[in-house]
Amino acid sequence: MSTPTADPRTRRTFLKAGGCALVAYAAAPRFLLRAARAAETSGKVLVAVFQRGAVDGLSMVMPHADPGYAAMRPSIGLRPPRRGESEHAVDLDGFFALHPALASLVPLWENHALALVHACGSPDTTRSHFDAQDYMECGTPGVKSTPDGWLARALRTRSKSTSPFRAVAMGPTLPRTLQGDVGAISMQSIDRFDVRAGADTSARQGFEALYEPGVRDLLHGTGRETFEAVKMLRNANASRISPANGAEYPRGPFGEALRQIAQLIKAKVGLEVAFADMPGWDTHVAQGAERGQLALRFREFGGALAAFAQDLGDKMADVVVITMSEFGRTVAENGNRGTDHGHATAMLVLGGGVRGGRAYGRWPGLAPQQLFEGRDLAVTTDFRSLFTEVATRHLGAAAAPLFPGFKAAPPSLGLFA
Amino acid sequence: MRAKGALALLALAALAGCSEAGRGGATAARPGMTDAAPSSAALAADRQIAHTLNRLTYGARPGDLERVRAVGLSAWIECQLRPQTIDDSATEHLLAELTTLRMPIAELLREYPRPDPKLREMIAGGTMTRAEMQERYPADKWPARIAADLQAAKVVRAVTSERQLEEVMVDFWFNHFNVFANKGDVRWYVSAYEREAIRPHALGTFPDLVRATARHPAMLYYLDNWVSARHDFVIPAGPNRGRKTGLNENYARELMELHTLGVDGGYTQRDVTEVARAFTGWTIDRPRVEGRFIFRPLMHDQGEKVVVGHRMPAGGGQDDGERVIEILTQHPSTARFVATKLVRRFVSDTPPPALVEAVAATYTGTGGDIPAMLRVIFASREFHGADAGLAKIKKPFEFVASAVRALGGRIDAHGGLALARASAEIGEPLYLAQPPTGYSDRAEVWVNAGALLARMNFGLALATGRYPHVTVDLAPLVAGSDPRSPADVLDRLLANIVGDQAGPSTRAVLAAQLADPQITRLSMDDRGPANTDVAKLAALVIGSPEFQRR
Repeated sequence: MSTPTADPRTRRTFLKAGGCALVAYAAAPRFLLRAARAAETSGKVLVAVFQRGAVDGLSMVMPHADPGYAAMRPSIGLRPPRRGESEHAVDLDGFFALHPALASLVPLWENHALALVHACGSPDTTRSHFDAQDYMECGTPGVKSTPDGWLARALRTRSKSTSPFRAVAMGPTLPRTLQGDVGAISMQSIDRFDVRAGADTSARQGFEALYEPGVRDLLHGTGRETFEAVKMLRNANASRISPANGAEYPRGPFGEALRQIAQLIKAKVGLEVAFADMPGWDTHVAQGAERGQLALRFREFGGALAAFAQDLGDKMADVVVITMSEFGRTVAENGNRGTDHGHATAMLVLGGGVRGGRAYGRWPGLAPQQLFEGRDLAVTTDFRSLFTEVATRHLGAAAAPLFPGFKAAPPSLGLFA
Repeated sequence: MRAKGALALLALAALAGCSEAGRGGATAARPGMTDAAPSSAALAADRQIAHTLNRLTYGARPGDLERVRAVGLSAWIECQLRPQTIDDSATEHLLAELTTLRMPIAELLREYPRPDPKLREMIAGGTMTRAEMQERYPADKWPARIAADLQAAKVVRAVTSERQLEEVMVDFWFNHFNVFANKGDVRWYVSAYEREAIRPHALGTFPDLVRATARHPAMLYYLDNWVSARHDFVIPAGPNRGRKTGLNENYARELMELHTLGVDGGYTQRDVTEVARAFTGWTIDRPRVEGRFIFRPLMHDQGEKVVVGHRMPAGGGQDDGERVIEILTQHPSTARFVATKLVRRFVSDTPPPALVEAVAATYTGTGGDIPAMLRVIFASREFHGADAGLAKIKKPFEFVASAVRALGGRIDAHGGLALARASAEIGEPLYLAQPPTGYSDRAEVWVNAGALLARMNFGLALATGRYPHVTVDLAPLVAGSDPRSPADVLDRLLANIVGDQAGPSTRAVLAAQLADPQITRLSMDDRGPANTDVAKLAALVIGSPEFQRR
């Protein structure tokens, strides 16, 4: 684990960059200050991954020792683990097993970097994607009027850093969980994150000036944050940083997102929270078992997470990745070899000081009388307990305002040593 | 009788004016040309027209304001509510080369077959080169062509059609009844979906929209109803013969949550299951050959159902689904839900409750008549209120189309496809919203760093003539200004693109740009600022805060 003080080289880089900026932009002192401060923060990064569409947690992490599993899933059930068989689920601890398409995550489990929390979810019973995502992102199940997201609240209480790159979402829109007054930015690609006017700098200056005046609204505020971020990113040259340690990201937007998050971490632009989402989990029809539609999604998902950990290498000590999904899917397969909207699901926690190689949470069981509303995996770990633990123990965020009206029931999961 | 006849005549006259008003014939003044200082009443009227154009169209083109002024605002709105009375042959002409737009599903399936999986294997195995494959399977025969044509057409229509409100409503309802063009067989169904289920009813009635979407193969496939069957159904024939299938809740849930009642509209998980049972048997006839709606009684659950408190006796057959649609579309929650979405589109991200109630009452009173609801909105105090101007952030597609229109852009079908990519880059790939919610109509979703830069970059490329297959014409935007006065040029440009809505700071920033030697450099013959400078100013206006709003 690295020390919380800044690497002196980094600080020099920033001061130098700030100096350049001072020449180019008359109004740079605030930026200079921000950059220097950014380098002084702890360097801890939380990466939140949202599996939009409700991932089938029972396929992602199969409870192979539960006697109820096989009967409920005659055509989509995974074959239980068998040593040396790649077409079978991969045993983790004698009870749970990873989907075979997630085999790339097994080494991380074995060297205790990866933990899982099963039967995790929301106390709210909605089976609406939209509402459940909203509740999970704003962190207030059942309450839609919450103005900001829980990741934004986690940041607000945390540090004094004012880097424009404190919070970054990779994608075309800013997710609900990062909305709030923390200046989170979203981008589709680091490469294209600039005004593209060739050698002509007057256009960039013109656009910047248009958003500079003292209007306090969403549009102007976003514009100002944008141009600070553009300057900082140009100086950091993040897009030139290539994957390290032989890491190979799978093709596709999710791998691209994680690759660029790694670039931002390595460029030391003051990143504290990053967000990426991956859609395509709403497998109502023909979801497949060891192979098929869902397996393809898992291969991309697991491959990208594994590549990210490999790419960051030792730097993973300061990074935690947490995966989430709005709810799980029905325990029994439906009439179309798929699954309908359910309740609890599985979430992964990877990196940092996580006590990995272990499954957390209480297993509720798959017997008919153990199911939620007679059909779904019951929730035994409130997602807010998990998120609170990660945000407070890893990021050092204050617990109080994270999830209004919620008190995590002791004992904690114990994810962190 | 006589009074009625006179009214009819008046209405006829108004209708006869529709095409004229749209096309902008001899009556239209040249943009920005006024002889005397206008009165304050005239200014207020113009502002009302500009605001209405902002909301009911994909943005004003140079001269639009004068054209609407000439026919009168309310007559123009009435024309827009009756799109079939507006001549749109120029747009139809541009769409001619997009041949898949007009093809029935069966023909699309035949003409644009899915690639033979063997081809991929042969390429992977090295027994065929990519070039050989291209020859055997040219790109313009790929099924992707269908969605590409549809994207191009959507842009062409938004930019050039005179039936602007119809295009706005087609976009609105497609989004309301969203399907994702890349989900399986929807590829072949999506253009027929817009053509058959959405467009004919975009200014019709809401229940007709629900009925048309419910039985369309695109919706049946996208929300999986086509495979939903009674719980003990065993497939009687075909490759899956003997396989047991059963109920799928996907469509039933979204029908209530997203299409009709709204998530808080008062239904339960029990209702979801009951509605799913009612729609069993609503499926697709030979999805990869015919792709037509068919009701299969064998798949249907013939038992009794209870849907949001209404008992439906056993043995209803196909009528079960029809009855459910009737129940749901007559439900007060649906009236409120549809009213809320319409008011959010046309008035504000936070729909004023009184207006929502008024529109919902119109829904209930007229059986969901869409023009009737729109009339209530357009005539409302809330629509014209002082704080209504520029209250909405343009969605990426609205932004792209409005920028092209504002700069007098001309496009063909290729330009349409190129501009569809711009919309995607800013965050709204057309026909590709994966979740059934469609795209959001709220500012906070669209205003973010990456998207804002993409908007500015689009403005730059467009105004400086670098955007492929799009020609802009900036000269009319500064016509009539004093060519020796850069400030006058700027005033004219601002007036033509954002009307009188440019804030003092925006004006000041742009004026400061004029002091930049790169901008005030005069052209060789000293007649005024060089075109490149006007282009840069125009780009800045397109990227300005004011132009992100409507």
